Amino acid sequence: MSKYTEDDLREELKTKEYEYGFYTDIESETFPVGLNEDIVRAISKKKEEPEWMTEWRLEAFKVWKEMVEPEWANVHYKKPDFQAISYYSAPNSKPKYDSIDEVDPELLATFEKLGISLDEQKKLAGVAMDVVVDSVSVATTFKKTLSEKGIIFMSISEAIREHPELVKKYIGTVVPQKDNFYAALNSAVFSDGSFCYIPKGVRCPMELSTYFRINQAGTGQFERTLVIADEGSYVSYLEGCTAPSRDENQLHAAVVELIALDDAEIKYSTVQNWYPGNAEGKGGVYNFVTKRGLCETNAKISWTQVETGSAVTWKYPSCVLKGDNSVGEFYSIAVTNNYQQADTGTKMIHLGKNTKSTIISKGISAGKSQNSYRGLVQINSRADNARNFSQCDSLLMGNECGAHTFPYIEAKNKTAIIEHEATTSKIGEDQIFYCNQRGIDTEKAIALIVNGFSKEVLNKLPMEFAVEAQKLLEISLEGSVG
Amino acid sequence: MELKEKLLSSFLAFENQVDVDTYVHDIRSKAIKTFETKGFPNKMDEAWKYTSLNKILKEDYSVFSKEENALEYSDVKKYFIHDIDSYKIIFIDGKYSSHLSDTTHDGMDVCLMSAALTKPKYRLVIENYFNKAAKDDGLSALNTAFSKEGAYINIPKNKIAEKPIQIIHFSTGKESALMLQPRNLIVVGENSHVQIIERHQSLTSNPVLTNSVTEIFANKRAIVDYYKVQNDDQNASLIDNTYINQKQQSHVSVHTFSFGGKLTRNNLNFFQNGEHIDSTLKGVTIIGNKQHVDHNTLVHHIEPNCESHQDYKGIFGDNSVGVFNGKVVVEKEAQKTNAFQANNNILVSDKASINTKPQLEIFADDVKCSHGCTIGQLDESAMFYLRSRGIPEKEAKALLMYAFANNVLESVKIPELKKRINKLIANKLAVNIGFDL
Repeated sequence: MSKYTEDDLREELKTKEYEYGFYTDIESETFPVGLNEDIVRAISKKKEEPEWMTEWRLEAFKVWKEMVEPEWANVHYKKPDFQAISYYSAPNSKPKYDSIDEVDPELLATFEKLGISLDEQKKLAGVAMDVVVDSVSVATTFKKTLSEKGIIFMSISEAIREHPELVKKYIGTVVPQKDNFYAALNSAVFSDGSFCYIPKGVRCPMELSTYFRINQAGTGQFERTLVIADEGSYVSYLEGCTAPSRDENQLHAAVVELIALDDAEIKYSTVQNWYPGNAEGKGGVYNFVTKRGLCETNAKISWTQVETGSAVTWKYPSCVLKGDNSVGEFYSIAVTNNYQQADTGTKMIHLGKNTKSTIISKGISAGKSQNSYRGLVQINSRADNARNFSQCDSLLMGNECGAHTFPYIEAKNKTAIIEHEATTSKIGEDQIFYCNQRGIDTEKAIALIVNGFSKEVLNKLPMEFAVEAQKLLEISLEGSVG
Repeated sequence: MELKEKLLSSFLAFENQVDVDTYVHDIRSKAIKTFETKGFPNKMDEAWKYTSLNKILKEDYSVFSKEENALEYSDVKKYFIHDIDSYKIIFIDGKYSSHLSDTTHDGMDVCLMSAALTKPKYRLVIENYFNKAAKDDGLSALNTAFSKEGAYINIPKNKIAEKPIQIIHFSTGKESALMLQPRNLIVVGENSHVQIIERHQSLTSNPVLTNSVTEIFANKRAIVDYYKVQNDDQNASLIDNTYINQKQQSHVSVHTFSFGGKLTRNNLNFFQNGEHIDSTLKGVTIIGNKQHVDHNTLVHHIEPNCESHQDYKGIFGDNSVGVFNGKVVVEKEAQKTNAFQANNNILVSDKASINTKPQLEIFADDVKCSHGCTIGQLDESAMFYLRSRGIPEKEAKALLMYAFANNVLESVKIPELKKRINKLIANKLAVNIGFDL
């Protein structure tokens, strides 16, 4: 990866349009629009799934039909018509490639524009990629290295076929089918996603990574990710998203389940940069995601997210601290600009004794956007000596945006220690002045200050992502200087 | 019959019984319709997520007290702050007691809502202020529909009320269960200053439900200090709705001391309609034994250069439940707002629980807003320090709790009231601390 300089940024900022806004024409096999039992069955059949999986999906579909969309979030949008979406699309030529040369060149070009050239990644980054383009995984690298360690890293449809016992045991245990409206929808129609299993005592030697990409016009993306870290294992998982620019609203309803068994640790990092809509608030992705992790004894789950994209975000990565001494962490930066709306935060459910959780949330709102932190810290009556620290800071740029905090704190144990603090501020004129004085123009000064504001979270990201995330922050806030 | 139906059906009888002034009559009729549609809040309402009225609404309340009841001053003296000279507006079972009261019309009005609502000379004030600040949620509307009696205080321009005003609502328990709906209106003119102490007291263990609405209007540069003492009987419940409308440069502070009652819900709403306004909301809650106290505050910053300070402390024992829901809204125009909110809680029992939700909604960029919220225990090293100096555990605990609650007490401006609150806290903690704080 060549060094990204400030001049490059300036160049990029000149072209204000969404930089990843292109569209690749790959022949796709797309299902008719609408959703009914037949479609669910057809998806299941298409994926060559066993009977129990089909039943599981149908069960979810039945529950979903009875449910209504949640309206409590502090976001306003035109509700998607769930019968106007095609629930399956796959790139047409989908043989399993042995070498990268066989991959559709147009697809490769797409990756290149995204800056994730496969071989470059292979050589330089040491990152194994399970690349998901429109729901079907087309290339998997480093599988060999991983399999030597006994690590299973594959698409979830493959896992359903090859490791049904693991999938059957764990799928839906953290996010049940009837958990919420979008989770139920996802359970019924999920097209693909990633599956990862780290065996007992294994420390995954590399960062596992998946790039998601919405590519086919009018298709919703329903990803399902299941990560299982067996006793004493460790894995760091990266998820990054970019989506092409499009006027029609796209729906993204993913489910991520993490299971950390005794003494295991999972670090899950996300950079989310779906198309946020244009400056008038037209278009953009609806991002309604359910992410949850379960910690057994002495386990640790750490969520790190950088949310810069999507027109509407509705996302609460959570930790259920079931085992004694388990630890949950949540580090988040959410940036909204123009007409973006984000309602994001976390839930920390303390069930076990001596459980600890940390929440650091940084919200940056600019333009006419609304940015909300919504979090829950719950200490159950048996969770002796539970400890929580939460900090939510908001930065406002301009007086047309809004920053909101809705922290719910529920304590039922007298030994609990909970601290919560929140601040809201703007970038100080004196800070800008200080930078200007030293020859740093206002735009760059803002980037600098925002970076400093977000540092606590950026530091938590793996190296590769940290660079990309900083770049994203700058781009997202471009043009927001009053 | 359910309470809602009972209230709806007794509305006509109620209207016939009071003098029909068309202006107020229209407001009442509209309010009863609002109540009919909205009803009592339930757990589905976000603002009532942690507080359920179901149990309390099941009692078979009398909506009006049937007879005039009297009390001897010597019997109820202990509920007064009796060691200072003060104006008193006293109600027994919802009816005014001239015997116990001490009102005035000398340069200012400290009198009754029933007079204000009916007599023509108050007409202008009523039209300008009555029901102008209250929101039309179900409970406030219900109070408006049955608004008849309460305190009416009107301090004209440039007047300092030289002594505090005590408003006390007694219930005698002559009815097996009674619902009270006092309605207070307080108008404070430009540059004026007033101190008010409000208390609800039930004298027996018969259940009482009070749904009170207080509207306070603080005009330019007015100073209002309002103290709510909530140390009622274990079977008395209180829903207190207070709406405060502030004009520029006014200072209003409300202190709420919640030690008693079965269920206490404080809906405290501040609206800042002017610049350089200062609003203070403070509270100490010390409860145990199945008690439930819910503080629901709203500070609405509408104009620039205003401040608000919130500081709520809670100590929760036995199987009590504490709720704090503090909301600060800063509008786009309200630049240079300085809003501070703190909520600190101590759980002293395994069965007690606390739910807190300090909420910020900010639309302006040049503001300083912060909130902090903690739940914890008494500092063990501090306990050890005290114990090692020969202070028994119970006293040591009480001492630390005093210290914990103290910065709320510090801003109480009536020394006698402060002393009384200290005594109440000592009682509540069942210790004799041996000195005045």
